[in-house]
Amino acid sequence: MNSSRWNPYLVGALIGVLSLLAFSLADKPIGISTGVAQAAGACAVPVFGSVAVAENTYWSKKALPAWDYGSLFVLGTFFGALGSALVSGSFKWSAMPTVWQERFGPSVPKRLLAAFCGGILIIFGARLADGCTSGHGISGTLQLALSSWVFFLVLFASGMATAQLLFRRQPQA
Amino acid sequence: MNLPFAFITGSSLLGAGLLFGCLFGVLLHRGGVTDFNVIVRQFLLRDFTVLKVMFTAIVVGGVGVFGLHGQELANYHIKPAMLLAVVSGAAIFGVGMVVYGYCPGTGIAALATGKLDALVGFLGMLVGAGMYALSYDWMAVHVLPVGNLGKKRLPDFATLPEWAWYLGLVTLAAGVFTLVARVEQKRLAQPRGTQPD
Repeated sequence: MNSSRWNPYLVGALIGVLSLLAFSLADKPIGISTGVAQAAGACAVPVFGSVAVAENTYWSKKALPAWDYGSLFVLGTFFGALGSALVSGSFKWSAMPTVWQERFGPSVPKRLLAAFCGGILIIFGARLADGCTSGHGISGTLQLALSSWVFFLVLFASGMATAQLLFRRQPQA
Repeated sequence: MNLPFAFITGSSLLGAGLLFGCLFGVLLHRGGVTDFNVIVRQFLLRDFTVLKVMFTAIVVGGVGVFGLHGQELANYHIKPAMLLAVVSGAAIFGVGMVVYGYCPGTGIAALATGKLDALVGFLGMLVGAGMYALSYDWMAVHVLPVGNLGKKRLPDFATLPEWAWYLGLVTLAAGVFTLVARVEQKRLAQPRGTQPD
């Protein structure tokens, strides 16, 4: 695992350069959560019907379920990480992170249920705030956007408080 | 404004999205941030990888976009400061990021490396996005307009020259990185088992 990792400062700098390319060549900032909302719209078609999705304000105006720069960026992120994991030999099926297991035990259903609920929360929060760790956390903060710095600071405060509540090591009983 | 080097338009945007996304996915994986442990330990202040990656990206991208914008080679894309929506969204996001152990981008990258919990969380993301789409009309009336200051940037709030803000950003990053290096060195010097949790 560790052999596949590059220096975090180098990776950060390269993400910064990637941002510059996206801004100057395509006039698009890096972002993920809109693409996820577009994918959700596509998945909602068989559930609610194509008419209901087309008539939904959000899917018709903000996150059109279609292949465009944003949704393909999300697909690319998947394939890039897959390729990187395969090439470096670090692809490994697993459902149980060690930090979770140390705190909550080896129950896989418990971990998957938490992951599912956490997934709901992050995307609901990201869409409400109009951006996630990419769109606000990197693209917005680097432009010194007020909204993005507020997002970044509140996210870290909320995450640190949650981590303290959930993962602070309890004294052995 | 029209950008002279923004030759990627129309249908070539699709290929560019896929290519840039691929590079982003590689970098997230190589940065080590596709790992639940790395992300949760960041919020516990026991691992600073996430902060190092993000802050370096912000400084390099920020100074670069500032330069490009000055040469009329890049546009700003500022999201409106809808304070109630941004604050409550970020607070919900922070809880979700620790419970899930990933953010949207790193979650998708993590599921591509074989993490099944990341996959199940991605299904949760689809459900969550659907819930937001269904509640959007209500949010647009009751939440989004509350405390909406518009597409403001930090330099709009003080009469400092633009470059001074970026100098401040670089100084802040240098300070944070120095502090992190000191904390890491101190922990390394402590014998195992005596580290405070």
